Amino acid sequence: MVPMPHYLILSALLFAIGAAGVILSRNLLIMFMSIEVMLNAANLAIITFSRFLNVMDGHVFVFLVMAIAAAEAAVGLAMIITIFRNRGTIDADKFNLMKW
Amino acid sequence: MGLDILTLVTFFPLLGIILLLFVPKTQVGSIRAIAIIIAFITLLLSFVMYSLFDPFANGMQFEINIPWITAFGINYHVGIDGISLLLIMLTTILSLIAIISSWSAITTGIKGYYISLLLLETGMIGVFVALDLFLFYVFWEAMLIPMYFLIGVWGGPRKIYAAIKFVLFTMFGSLLMLVALLYLYFMYHSYSGEYSFDLLKMYQMPIPMGAQTYLFMAFALAFAIKVPIWPFHTWLPDAHVEAPTAGSVILAGVLLKMGTYGFVRICLPLFPQATLEFVPLISILAIIGIIYGALVSMVQRDVKSLIAFSSVSHLGFVMLGMMALNVQGLEGSVIQMINHGISTGALFLLVGMIYERRHTRMIADFGGLSKSMPVFSTFFMIVALSSIGLPLTNGFVGEFLILLGTFKANTLYAVLASIGVILAACYMLWMLQRVIFGKITNVANENLHDLSGREKLVLIPLIILIFWIGIYPKPFFIRMEPAVKNILHLMQKSGKEKAQNFEELKFYMDGSKASEYTFKPDGE
Amino acid sequence: MNQTLFLIPLFPLIGFLLNGLFLGRLNKKLISLIACGSVGLSFIVGLKMFFQLISLPENTRAIEEILFTWIPSGEFVVSFGYLFDPLSAIMVLVVSGVGFLIHVYSVGYMHDDPGYGRYFTYLNLFIFAMLTLVLANNYLLMFVGWEGVGLCSYLLIGFWFEKKSASDAGKKAFIVNRIGDFGFILGLFIIFWNVRSLDYNEVFVRAPEVFALGGGLITAATLLLFLGATGKSAQIPLYVWLPDAMEGPTPVSALIHAATMVTAGVYMIARSNVLFMLAPSTMTVVAIVGIATALLAATIALAQNDIKRVLAYSTISQLGYMFTACGVAAFAAGIFHLMTHAFFKALLFLGSGSVIHALAGQQDMRYMGGLKRHMKTTYVTFFIATLAIAGIPGLSGFFSKDEILWKAFSSNQGSIWIWLVALFTALMTAFYMFRLVFLTFYGQERMDHHTKEHLHESPKMMTVPLSILAVLSIIGGYVGIPHILGGGNQFEKFLEPVMKGVHHGGEEHALASSGHSAGTELTLMFGSVALILVSIYLSYYLYVKNVALVGRLRNSVSGIHKIIYGKFFIDELYNAIIIRPLVGGSLFLWKIVDVVLIDGVLNGLAILIGDVSLGARKMQSGQLRRYATVFLAGVVIIIGYFALR
Repeated sequence: MVPMPHYLILSALLFAIGAAGVILSRNLLIMFMSIEVMLNAANLAIITFSRFLNVMDGHVFVFLVMAIAAAEAAVGLAMIITIFRNRGTIDADKFNLMKW
Repeated sequence: MGLDILTLVTFFPLLGIILLLFVPKTQVGSIRAIAIIIAFITLLLSFVMYSLFDPFANGMQFEINIPWITAFGINYHVGIDGISLLLIMLTTILSLIAIISSWSAITTGIKGYYISLLLLETGMIGVFVALDLFLFYVFWEAMLIPMYFLIGVWGGPRKIYAAIKFVLFTMFGSLLMLVALLYLYFMYHSYSGEYSFDLLKMYQMPIPMGAQTYLFMAFALAFAIKVPIWPFHTWLPDAHVEAPTAGSVILAGVLLKMGTYGFVRICLPLFPQATLEFVPLISILAIIGIIYGALVSMVQRDVKSLIAFSSVSHLGFVMLGMMALNVQGLEGSVIQMINHGISTGALFLLVGMIYERRHTRMIADFGGLSKSMPVFSTFFMIVALSSIGLPLTNGFVGEFLILLGTFKANTLYAVLASIGVILAACYMLWMLQRVIFGKITNVANENLHDLSGREKLVLIPLIILIFWIGIYPKPFFIRMEPAVKNILHLMQKSGKEKAQNFEELKFYMDGSKASEYTFKPDGE
Repeated sequence: MNQTLFLIPLFPLIGFLLNGLFLGRLNKKLISLIACGSVGLSFIVGLKMFFQLISLPENTRAIEEILFTWIPSGEFVVSFGYLFDPLSAIMVLVVSGVGFLIHVYSVGYMHDDPGYGRYFTYLNLFIFAMLTLVLANNYLLMFVGWEGVGLCSYLLIGFWFEKKSASDAGKKAFIVNRIGDFGFILGLFIIFWNVRSLDYNEVFVRAPEVFALGGGLITAATLLLFLGATGKSAQIPLYVWLPDAMEGPTPVSALIHAATMVTAGVYMIARSNVLFMLAPSTMTVVAIVGIATALLAATIALAQNDIKRVLAYSTISQLGYMFTACGVAAFAAGIFHLMTHAFFKALLFLGSGSVIHALAGQQDMRYMGGLKRHMKTTYVTFFIATLAIAGIPGLSGFFSKDEILWKAFSSNQGSIWIWLVALFTALMTAFYMFRLVFLTFYGQERMDHHTKEHLHESPKMMTVPLSILAVLSIIGGYVGIPHILGGGNQFEKFLEPVMKGVHHGGEEHALASSGHSAGTELTLMFGSVALILVSIYLSYYLYVKNVALVGRLRNSVSGIHKIIYGKFFIDELYNAIIIRPLVGGSLFLWKIVDVVLIDGVLNGLAILIGDVSLGARKMQSGQLRRYATVFLAGVVIIIGYFALR
């Protein structure tokens, strides 16, 4: 059986990749995907603990997160499309309306 | 009474607001009519309350106490004594007058304007009836919002600055008050094992000296800003100059009394020892305010800011009389609160009336109004004279008793404060001379039409009150006497108790044990 | 006891209300009827009460009526109550009587004034306030009248409000009086907190028990009361308002600033004789201030050219006399002089009003002269009044003035120095009063041609009151003929029940105790009369016979003349040391302390917070990726902290 740290390391790696994606990429779509990667990294960690500690709550949570992630994906993609329609680009650096 | 009269008086204006919500904002006439009718009925209700009030009974009347937020021991606890009775009467009268006086002065956003005024009325009455500190705080803060809008939306050229200044000053004070209030709440719990904001119950609670001092300072600062005691007064001239007439009337007439009322209702009976300790400081600040306000009034160029500074002076008298801590001083102080509301309210109304005609308030732009507006000038003269305390007008009764009481407490204070009486004559008469006497130097003043029927209607009740209180103030004194004596009695009583129980209560001051009964927000 | 006392002040009050509320809606006839009628009714009721009073036995001569409780506050309870005793009886009769005559006179004098109704409204209010002042049964109600008359004085001085000088003078009068009132009210505080009452009856009974004779408290209290009196009665240092008060209509000057209101201070001190007798040092101060004022004002009067100003300074001087009398414990003599002065000074003012009326408003005596021929009645009555004020035997002024001089000399509190100064002042009084008469009624007619043609005697409405006052000025003194001249000094005897502070022992006793013989009194009396006659002749010589000499004299002492003519520059002095620093200081407080200091600190705080926020908001770049980076870094740091702890 694969020991727990392996799962956790994978999860951490996935999370790091996701974070790096969010920070380094300027493309909204890629940032969005990276966020999904981070979410799944979290899912992986949760389910790992759930399995190893024999508590089923984690599974429930993961399903919940997946459902929300799906919803989020739908909303997020829709927003990105709207932004693209309006601004003609999905470069995140171009959007600084929230600047002071 | 089937329906509780206090609740009715307090919340009746809210009914008006609900009604107004259903009136389209284009129907200006019916909006005004509804506002006036509602305020008038509120006034009638307050008359009913006045007539039901038993002048000789001791303690609170019309008291009701029902749970509101049981989880925190917050009750809807209201009741009035003679002091609050008089202040409520003042509020309902001035609110109606303010609403009528806005008839032609306000032309934009009428619906919102009257809603603000009515909301303000509920807030003000609420402060005077609340006997639960939480309720008190809610009303106290609720008052702020409509006033903010009144200044900020319907005010003069620098309205935003003035409105923000007003809110920031008041907020600063009331936040400290909130902290002190919570501290009291938890202190009461550790004293009686019960969570309650009830003011009357807290009167019975001994509070150790150290805590008293801090609590007093927190409450006193909140009230001092509202009064305003020098040097916290600088928001007042700005707010008055920018506020619309009705706003100024309410602000000067009632809102400032919240501060002094707070002192009487909360600071004095709850923290007697601390009060004693702070008497010299507050008295001296009050005297500075009296003289300073009068001097600065003298050199103002804007009539409204002149009156605003004169308010600083008058409220100095109110505070000084209160700090005398004897019957005469305290009664004088209470009657002077009423007087100031009437006289200064009337002054602001009068200034508003000439402002509507000339669109200026600069003293230099006027002169010779006696010639073109004799009725106006007569009213102006009477009110100004009452404001400087001429005998047989209301101002004299208050000032005399305050000085009499103060003289007993501290001769020097009374002598210094009396100088303010002389200075009051200087600034008022100088202003009168420049505004209504002399030749008409400005052609624009020549053909002003004199007061209209509506304007006279607004002023005459105030004039009647000026002479009534000046000549036959007995009904008012009878009603406030039990309340005033009660407060002084509470001060003495709890003073004694504290002296006895001082040892065993010493732990209150001890920081290490404080954790046992005080609430720690970080949950340790 | 039938309740009629309150009617006395009530009538003028009703008159005031009627005229005031229907201002501009009544015709002149009705206005004058209401105004004069109400005061006349007061006089009649006063007279009736007076007879009722003297029908009572001497020691119970006091009628008190309590109307209602005015201010009840703890142990402090003050009622609206009236007290009619010999002192207030005299005051009531003088006030309503002279007041009535002046009302009638005003009907003629103010006939063409557009503010006719307003004038009588104020005048009635004044009578009401004055009657309240003298009828009050406690100090606080007296204070009501006290401030009330001050208010009316303010309104009436500034009656012609379009004139800057008039409204200035009104304001000055009010504010100076306020300074006096400041003292008055502090005095009341001392009295109340020691005696625990402000009712005359209680105060005068209990004061000797509570206050030690000559103690600090009573001295302070009486000095403060006296400060109030100096304000109202125009004594040093607060006399400056009275000359300016001549800006008001002349009948007002006669009524308020000569006959009644300004004597309120004397009345108050006489009323408080019990208190003042407890404080010998205050008495000395009163006497000295009184005599100094008398001298100073008489000196200034010598050099004034405005007819009303001369009379104004003369009033101040005569008031000084009354205070001197009070200061030497001769309260009755003070009140006696108050009464005779009310007659002849009112007459003088009304006469000068008649002159001014004839000369179309001219008040400068340099442009008068020779009016004797044109205005018979005015001249005769004016001359009588002048004789009275100069102290010629047989007229009212002689008796009262001589009484004061004698008391100043003989009383225990008096001294020969006070007597000397008083006598000297009397000589000056005779001199400047005759100067006034000679300049106005004798010599060349110096007015311009146009005015000369319109010279006329005043209408009956004005001359009849003049004649009545002239009669009073003659006979007014006969109620108080001193013992030495065979009279019983009825006046003093009548007042005795009120003067509880003064020890009475009958005439023989008084003479014996002060150690002066009847011979001394007679010698002094005749001596002073002789000197006064000399003084009058001097005046005659200088202003009628040898007019050129005056000019030469004036030039030879031009420096002194300038100082006197400039009224010793007291106004300028007050202006420089009080008013200007006050206004300057206030501007400083407002512009610097309020705007710069307090608001500066607070606005500075606001700006500081704003600046800090300005720096902090630079961090908000609006870039999603930077936010994410910071967020991540934050999470790492927090987790790292907990992990590595």
